[in-house]
Parts: sequence; structure tokens; C-alpha cells
Amino acid sequence: MLKSDVMPSFEIEKIRKDFPILARQVHGKNLVYFDNAASAQKPKIVLDTLQNFYSQDYANVHRGVHYLSQISTDAFEKTRDALQVFIGAKHREEIIFTAGSTASINLVAQCFGEAFIGEGDEILVSGLEHHANLVPWQICAQKRKAVLRIMPMLATGELDMEKLPLLLTEKTKILAITATSNALGTITDLVNIIPLAHQVGAKVLVDGAQSIAHTKTDVQALDADFWVCSSHKLFGPTGVGVLYGKKDLLEAMPVYQSGGDMIKTVRYESSTYNELPHKFEAGTPNIADVIALGSALDYINNLDWHGAMAHEKTLHENLEKGLLGIQGLRIIGTAKHKAPLSSFVVEGVHNYDLGVLLDKMGIAIRTGHHCAEPIMDFFGVAGTARASLAFYNTQAEVDYFLESLKKAINMLR
Amino acid sequence: MKDIQSIQEDFVQDFSLLEDWTQRYEYIIDLGKTLPKIDDLYKTDEYRIKGCQSQVWLHHRYENNILYFSADSDAIITKGLIALVIAVFNEQSPEAIAKAEVNFIAKIGLGEHLSPTRANGLNSMIQKIKHIAANHLA
Ligand SMILES: Cc1ncc(COP(=O)(O)O)c(C=O)c1O
Repeated sequence: MLKSDVMPSFEIEKIRKDFPILARQVHGKNLVYFDNAASAQKPKIVLDTLQNFYSQDYANVHRGVHYLSQISTDAFEKTRDALQVFIGAKHREEIIFTAGSTASINLVAQCFGEAFIGEGDEILVSGLEHHANLVPWQICAQKRKAVLRIMPMLATGELDMEKLPLLLTEKTKILAITATSNALGTITDLVNIIPLAHQVGAKVLVDGAQSIAHTKTDVQALDADFWVCSSHKLFGPTGVGVLYGKKDLLEAMPVYQSGGDMIKTVRYESSTYNELPHKFEAGTPNIADVIALGSALDYINNLDWHGAMAHEKTLHENLEKGLLGIQGLRIIGTAKHKAPLSSFVVEGVHNYDLGVLLDKMGIAIRTGHHCAEPIMDFFGVAGTARASLAFYNTQAEVDYFLESLKKAINMLR
Repeated sequence: MKDIQSIQEDFVQDFSLLEDWTQRYEYIIDLGKTLPKIDDLYKTDEYRIKGCQSQVWLHHRYENNILYFSADSDAIITKGLIALVIAVFNEQSPEAIAKAEVNFIAKIGLGEHLSPTRANGLNSMIQKIKHIAANHLA
């Protein structure tokens, strides 16, 4: 019998019960949480882990011989193992814990920059990036006297593949590119882009902040040199990020922050540094949240993932169908392959006003520039309204959202 | 001209007749639509109050110990809220503005728009008006 035959089908009502916050009300209305791209809600198992850890097992990691320190350290390192499997890394020490995607990218921009980028070298950044994967590279380029180049996009919000070969030269040291655009939803064609970058000897950093909750990641199959994500977008706690880097690269990079945990020996004259991954994990880490991220991974691993993805894809199709039926509404970002989010503007209506009125109806969406001002400039808009879905959303919520959006537009016109 | 406190009380009275949030916001949106447009000349960074998501411009004129304000925003709800604030402070003396207590916004159930972390610039605008008044104190 095929495994899929015995798998339970995706049971949305049961799933929703796993996320306590989904039962709450906002302004007297049932919460409709469509801001998942900004941050995802947490299943109860994650909350329980935090509670249990602090009330039963808490101690610092990597330092004590005592019982609790052992338990903490084991649980902490277990998340590293789980992540290794989750993203398909070859070695566990290729997984570095940081504070978030932003922190991971800054680490790479600084340390890879110091080791590998020099005057006149080029840094190529895709035109779809969140400020977090743009500004650190601007600063890196300034510091290293390197040249920052941008891979342009088309009116659909897809990257212009024809321009890529022209932008990749033997001077290109790194390509920084998102797997999925947070502002438009575009899923980039990494499978075809990464080999082109490698052909000229450039390394590739993939920003997986938006893809991680919607696609299976396999960093080895992608052959990404660096890959980052944030726990909070993956149904885990805030304050934890992941940096994956190929071992030889991480080893060749200088240390980032310094202090405890990242050292081997310290003398007043000089110190020697610890091995990976601890080399990049100075100080007491975010122990409890890393452990709770492990529970988020457990939750996802036990989920009917294919069912969940099919469910959110259907919801998104219905959402876009509904949006297209609204007069004067324009979807910003019409790539063929999109994550389940829709950015849009409505003629004569400011996105801020939409956000305020929808909030009154219990609906949480994001409005503004989504930390991607160059993208807004490209489309000639000051900002958009963005509805972003997760597998725990429902068709009834999509219907209510569309109805509420029409009501808001009527009030504003 | 009525004094600042009675204008505020009038608004509190007006809003008490509105039954739910829909009516309150419809009223604000209507106010926003009727707010006289600010001269495009003043829609520059110099007159802009940084408000993150919706932009706000504020212009003032001082004549015979009276301050005249005009303002605009690209978002209609912000514009309506601005219209309320302008109605309260327009054509008052710097002394009256400087010592006035702005208490009507919370009372009409719109206090959430006043938080400094709210990205609409309303709070900054009130601070700015107070600041302008303080600068014109005799
Ligand atoms: C594509 C993308 N990259 C990076 C980030 C930054 O993530 P964090 O704020 O968790 O560091 C985000 C968050 O919105 C994002 O959407």
C-alpha cells in the first residue's frame, strides 16, 4: 500500500485547534489572521515546550557538568539535528543559530565579505529582496570598495533571466537572492539561477525567510552556499534564526562576534577560536526558543504536509480569483509561481485606510512598503495591502475577507 | 471662535450619536473628504510630518496673535482625523493652543489612533501644533 493511502487527509478544523490564538476575537469579531508572511502563529506544542523548559529543565548550555545543563544542552543540540534534516544539510555543524534572518545575512555580509570580497569585486543582489538582504550588502560593498549590482525584474515580478548572464562576471563574488519575495510572493527560479552563478565562481546566499513555511527546502539539492531563515515565520518563537553555510566556507570565514562559547583558549596575548558551529555562536544563545523551534519542526514533520500545501494553494487561488473580481483592484506581482500571498492596490484608495477598516472587522493584513521600497518604486506605488495565508486559514476566512474588503472599499470611495 | 475645550466637547457630543464603528468611520471618512486641500506648494518634505504609512503635511500661518492651520494626508482616514484636530486648533491663539489639553480623541473611541507607535502621524501632528504654538508665545 502506498504511504499516502494511509495518511489522514488534511483536517483543517483539527489543525486550527492546535493554534490557540486562532480562537480569539479582535474588536468583537473572530480573528482572521492573514499576516502570516510577517510572522506565523504558534502551535500549542511550541508554547508547552517553552513553559515546560523554563519550569522543569532550564539551565545554561555547553558549560555545566550538572544534570540540568546536560538536559538543556541535549535539547538545544537536538534542534540543530532536526534542522539539519529539515533543510537537508550535509553536516550538523553547518547549522548556526542566530537571532533571525536579518542577523544571519549580516553575519555573512560581514564575515564572507571580509574573507572573500575586495576592491573592484562585485556583489549581485536580486531586485526582489527584502531590505534585510539588500542593506547589509550595500554596507559590505561600501566597506570593501566593491560594486553592488541589481538583477532587475519584469513587470510580472519575476526576475529577468535574460539579464542574469550579463550581470554575472568573474568579478562577482556573491549573489544574494530570495527564494520567495515577501512583497510580491514571487518564487524565484533558484534551480536555474544558482548553477549560472556557480559557473562564474560566485557563491550564492538564499534568503529562505518566506519559502520555509511553504516549500520543502533541500540546501544540498539547491547547492546553496548560504541559506537563512527565521524561526518565527516557521511557527516557532521569535528571536531565533538559522544560518546554513557550506562547511569549507564557514571555516574560511573570520569570526563574527566574540566572547564566551566561541573560544577554544584565551590568553591575554591572543585567543584561539572554537570549531563550527560554536565559532559563530558567541555568548549564551536563545536556549528556550531554539528548543521550542525544535517543537515547531516536530509539529510540521507530523503534519500532512502535502495536504497542508494543497489546502493553502487552493485558498490562494480562490483569494486571487476573488480579488480579480473587485473593480479597480490591481494585484501587484503576477508571477507564474507564487507563495500563498497577494499584494494589491485599489484605485483611489490608500492601503493604510484599507488596513484600518479591515482591522475593525477582525482581519489582520499588512499594509505599507513591506520593507522593500525599491520594489514599490518599480511598480510606482507607495505601498500595497498584502494578505498572506498559512495552512491553518480557511475558505470561510477567504470569503469573509473578500466580502469585508468590498465593504471597506465602498466606505472609502 | 469657540474655545478649544468646547469644540472638543461638541465632537464628543456628535460622536455619541454614532452607534457603531462603521458609523464612526463613515463620519471620519466624510470629514476627510471635506477637509480643504492644502496648497500643493506645501506638500513638500519641509511641511511633512513623518508618519510611516500615511503621509501628513501641515502648514500654518500666524497673524494678529492667531494661528491658522491647514493639513493634508494621502490616506482618507488620517485626513478625517486631521480634520478633527484642525477644527479644534484652527484660529486660536498660541496661548490657548499651548495650554490646551487634547482629550477628545480617546473620548470618541479613536484613542487607538493616538499611540505614538501607530503609523499615521496623528500624534506627531498634535505635538507639532503644540510646538508651533509654543514658538509663537509672546
Ligand atoms: C524575505 C525576507 N527576508 C528577510 C526577512 C527578515 O526576517 P527577520 O525580521 O526575521 O530577521 C523577512 C521578514 O519579513 C523576509 O520576509
